[in-house]
Amino acid sequence: MSKVFIILQANEETRSIVEAIEQDNPDAEVVHEPAMVKVQAEGNLVVRRETIEEEIGREFDMQELNINLITLSGNVDEDEDALTLTWNS
Amino acid sequence: MQIDVQTVNIEQKNQTFTHLKKRFGDKKIPSRYQEASYDLQAVENLHYRPTWAPEQELYDPNLSKIRMNDWYDLKDPRQFYYSTYTLNRAKQQETMESNFKTVESLKLIEGMPDPVLAIAQDLLIPLRHVNYAANMNNTLVCGYGYGTVFTQPCVYHAMDNLGIAQYLSRLGLMIGDVEALEAAKQDWMDSDAWQPLRRSLEDLMCVRDPVEVFIKQNFVLDGLLYPLVYQRIVDQNLVEQGGSGISILTQFMTNWYLESKRWVDSVLKTMAAESAENKVVLEEWVDTAANHFTSVLLPVAGLAVAGNQADELVSEAHDELLQRAKKAGLFK
Repeated sequence: MSKVFIILQANEETRSIVEAIEQDNPDAEVVHEPAMVKVQAEGNLVVRRETIEEEIGREFDMQELNINLITLSGNVDEDEDALTLTWNS
Repeated sequence: MQIDVQTVNIEQKNQTFTHLKKRFGDKKIPSRYQEASYDLQAVENLHYRPTWAPEQELYDPNLSKIRMNDWYDLKDPRQFYYSTYTLNRAKQQETMESNFKTVESLKLIEGMPDPVLAIAQDLLIPLRHVNYAANMNNTLVCGYGYGTVFTQPCVYHAMDNLGIAQYLSRLGLMIGDVEALEAAKQDWMDSDAWQPLRRSLEDLMCVRDPVEVFIKQNFVLDGLLYPLVYQRIVDQNLVEQGGSGISILTQFMTNWYLESKRWVDSVLKTMAAESAENKVVLEEWVDTAANHFTSVLLPVAGLAVAGNQADELVSEAHDELLQRAKKAGLFK
């Protein structure tokens, strides 16, 4: 199986997002690069709105993710509550 | 000659300040909220006691009956520090400005039935004096409370109360110019419906225990007043009678209550979970204040709805408050 990943700009806003992803995906690996953060995992990665809201302390619209999104890889399944990246194995 | 351009990633030696490293470890860079809140209040080298109160320290955790091992446990789930707070409120202010414009341009106030305008005048405009009391009480909590994460949001809360008072004043000016504000002041000073509440608020201003003031003002009184006045009377009764224009102008209050109660509840929950002693003190405060403020709000509700319904609305608000208290771990 190959890895799915999401890369975000490293800033104040994405810090909470990355922490939320880490909570929801205990197996995910976080790589801090200069000015960006890569979160990768085997086969499956989920970004949940609820967890982000808890971390960030306010309401969060999943569309806001795009502001800081650099790139991602995997099949995207997105709705108002979550964004899921998968590879069909 | 050949030049190799290479990027070198230099790891910084310190991710953050030492006091934050002690608290949160060195693994993660602390958030701006943590940097702007934790361990900021001075705790040592305070040589002199305040001349106006030599029996206490300048920052004295013993001013309250509540004891916390670490006052920095009382964090704000909204993570407000100067920047997030002002950005957030600026956005809401823009929305409110456009609400005021909408109401003016559609002439919603002029077209409103007289009984609705009378209720707005009698019930809402005098509330700006209540907000002023809340402003002073929160300023006291900020001044005499302990630990920046607890006191910082209190001064924001105090400013929010001034903001709400200003929105109410603008509503008053739209309804009846300065005379509306003067009449409301007279009501606040003289009318029978307001005297029990005014008396209770003035009594609360004399309380020196910062946490007691916090609980009675922000949890109990606001927890009864906002669901009663804004959620029920304005957003339901007045809207049914053709007063949606009023409800548009009090939108900030409705939203602000929903937002700030998350913070107030979390503070209460953390304090109650700290120790059984704390819990007993908090239960005593909440219980007596809830019963007391419920009774003083009854004549206030009576300004807008008939006796029976006022009873019903006030007791609904009371139940809602006790539900919140239970959720925070009290009365179990």
